[in-house]
Amino acid sequence: MTEQPASKAHAAFATTFLAPAFWLIAFFLVPLGIIWAYSFGRTVGLTEIAIDGTFANYARIADPVYVEVFVKSIAYAALTTLLCLVVGFPVALAITFASDRAKIWLLLLIMLPFWTNLLVRTYALMAVLRTEGFVNDMLGWVGVGPLPLLHNNFAVVFGLVYVNLPFLVLPLYSALDRLDRSLLEASLDLGAGHLRTIFEIVVPLALPGILSGLLITFIPALGSYLTPDLLGGPDSQMIANVIERQFKRANDWPFGAALSFILMYLTFIAIAVQAVVTRRREALAR
Amino acid sequence: MSALIRIEGVSKRFGNFAAVDDVSLDIRENEFFALLGPSGCGKTTLLRMLAGLEVPSEGRILIDGQDMANVAPNKRPVNMVFQSYAVFPHMTVAQNVGYGLRIDGVARAEIEGRVREALGLVKLDGLEARKPDQLSGGQRQRVALARALIKRPKVLLLDEPLSALDAKLRETMRSELAMIQDQVGVTFVMVTHDQDEALAMACRCGVMHKGQLQQVATPADLYEYPANRFVADFIGSVNLFEGRLALDQPDQARVEVPGLGASIWVDHGVTGATGGTVWAAIRPEKIELHHRGAQADVGGGDPPPLPAGTPVDANLLEGSVRHSSYLGSETVYEIEVAGGRMVKVLRSNVRRYEERAFEVGDVVWLSWSPQAPAVLLS
Repeated sequence: MTEQPASKAHAAFATTFLAPAFWLIAFFLVPLGIIWAYSFGRTVGLTEIAIDGTFANYARIADPVYVEVFVKSIAYAALTTLLCLVVGFPVALAITFASDRAKIWLLLLIMLPFWTNLLVRTYALMAVLRTEGFVNDMLGWVGVGPLPLLHNNFAVVFGLVYVNLPFLVLPLYSALDRLDRSLLEASLDLGAGHLRTIFEIVVPLALPGILSGLLITFIPALGSYLTPDLLGGPDSQMIANVIERQFKRANDWPFGAALSFILMYLTFIAIAVQAVVTRRREALAR
Repeated sequence: MSALIRIEGVSKRFGNFAAVDDVSLDIRENEFFALLGPSGCGKTTLLRMLAGLEVPSEGRILIDGQDMANVAPNKRPVNMVFQSYAVFPHMTVAQNVGYGLRIDGVARAEIEGRVREALGLVKLDGLEARKPDQLSGGQRQRVALARALIKRPKVLLLDEPLSALDAKLRETMRSELAMIQDQVGVTFVMVTHDQDEALAMACRCGVMHKGQLQQVATPADLYEYPANRFVADFIGSVNLFEGRLALDQPDQARVEVPGLGASIWVDHGVTGATGGTVWAAIRPEKIELHHRGAQADVGGGDPPPLPAGTPVDANLLEGSVRHSSYLGSETVYEIEVAGGRMVKVLRSNVRRYEERAFEVGDVVWLSWSPQAPAVLLS
């Protein structure tokens, strides 16, 4: 009973994986291929695109206007990731050392925002930050403000941190939770305080988990569209907003496609850098 | 010798469960003390309270006269060798061993010297640059030992130090640990569930069961004068006979065991007896076996001579060999006696060859001297 004929196993494998494979090809790879092809074309007329193998769209990205948007997007995403780490690390640490029962509730609280639509959450944040919002109301009681909290770069980064925090807390928690507690106890036993133990033992051992958490936060932050669109001011455009404009108002699909692929290549580079760093660390550990 | 560690009425409760239940204990300076007990008896919890990794629910712990309440683990004059060794995987052997000194801000040159010295003590010279995953289990343990000893603690705590090693290595580490303890003159407190380990290494042992300290004594006293049935049964192997104290005088006592066909007579009085049920504990090696004759002549054969003064029907049983296990240096026989009761008897194989060995099915006499049984009240 334990051994199945090879053909039968193959058939089972095929039926299990055929549907998802078809889905992946029809609704992801093919559209992606079409967009990739568009990026080498140009607009003729209102709706027609001639794919003639031109690199003109990619050349246009070198324009300082677009380079600046890319640089700004990367900077915002990096700042967001850093702030998420500063806020998220203590949170993840607290969850790791909470009692088993509290742990379940705390993790649930971290995941709770995922159950609410991003748009709703963003509008809620606007209600908090706007000039007549909750924060400014409260500041008014002590005679401060109103401060300009909405429709500027501060609001964008604040919103990005708010949206992306769970993406960092969850992988951080799983990395910290896997640590052998006796290592931490040994560090305490040998005379190190709690803070020293975190920097000497916890951070070095959880570093692979921390790095992948940073990456998981950085990538969606880099491609953010809704947050800068709703919370940002006129100068808060990130790359996704520019791409959207090309596909809609500017009606320049080829250029939008080229921008999209450059964004994707940037993401690939980030993943590659993380892979190289991890491998080098492992090689050093040998 | 003064008490270096004083444990006064210490309890540790997790919810309704008392892991450690009102334990009082003094551990002397330079002593090798073993906390012995089955898993879940609270011995590790007690050790962790000494290290400061658990906080007692009640009672106090004094080390060198100083109350350890509110003293954080990193400020205590104790260091611990963890069961899993807890060697830091991202540090070399030298970095691991020197960690405690580096934390304390000791100068680098001094750290180097002391690391070399500590590694010499545990015979790991030359492995300074290795990473833990390049070490064997035994070497990792030596790293953990050196790392704890380098801080020159007043007390070294060892949590099941030998449990993860293979049998041969365990033997060598046993004597080596005892030698290292001799050399450094530090008080060792070891937790173990392995009675052989505790008896072989410790000056004194504390036997724990269900959170309570059952007996504190030297290994020999634990074995020969167990305080109760749990200790008698946990340390080594024992035949327990439940009965009634029929006679109790300063120079003799007699336990009637219903259905055994003989009573158990001892040449000393029983202290603290209040009547009621008692237990006679006889170690398997303290029972003698005698051939009674071939299977055919059951009822025949003369009983072996017993010491003068032994009452009739005492310290002598008839039985037949049901099972024998040959263990090399000794053989363990299981003898069925009256009432279907099984008695364990151990004989040393002092000769390579015996004219008349005891075989399964043989009919035998069992006898013991009046000083062999220990009479237990609980």
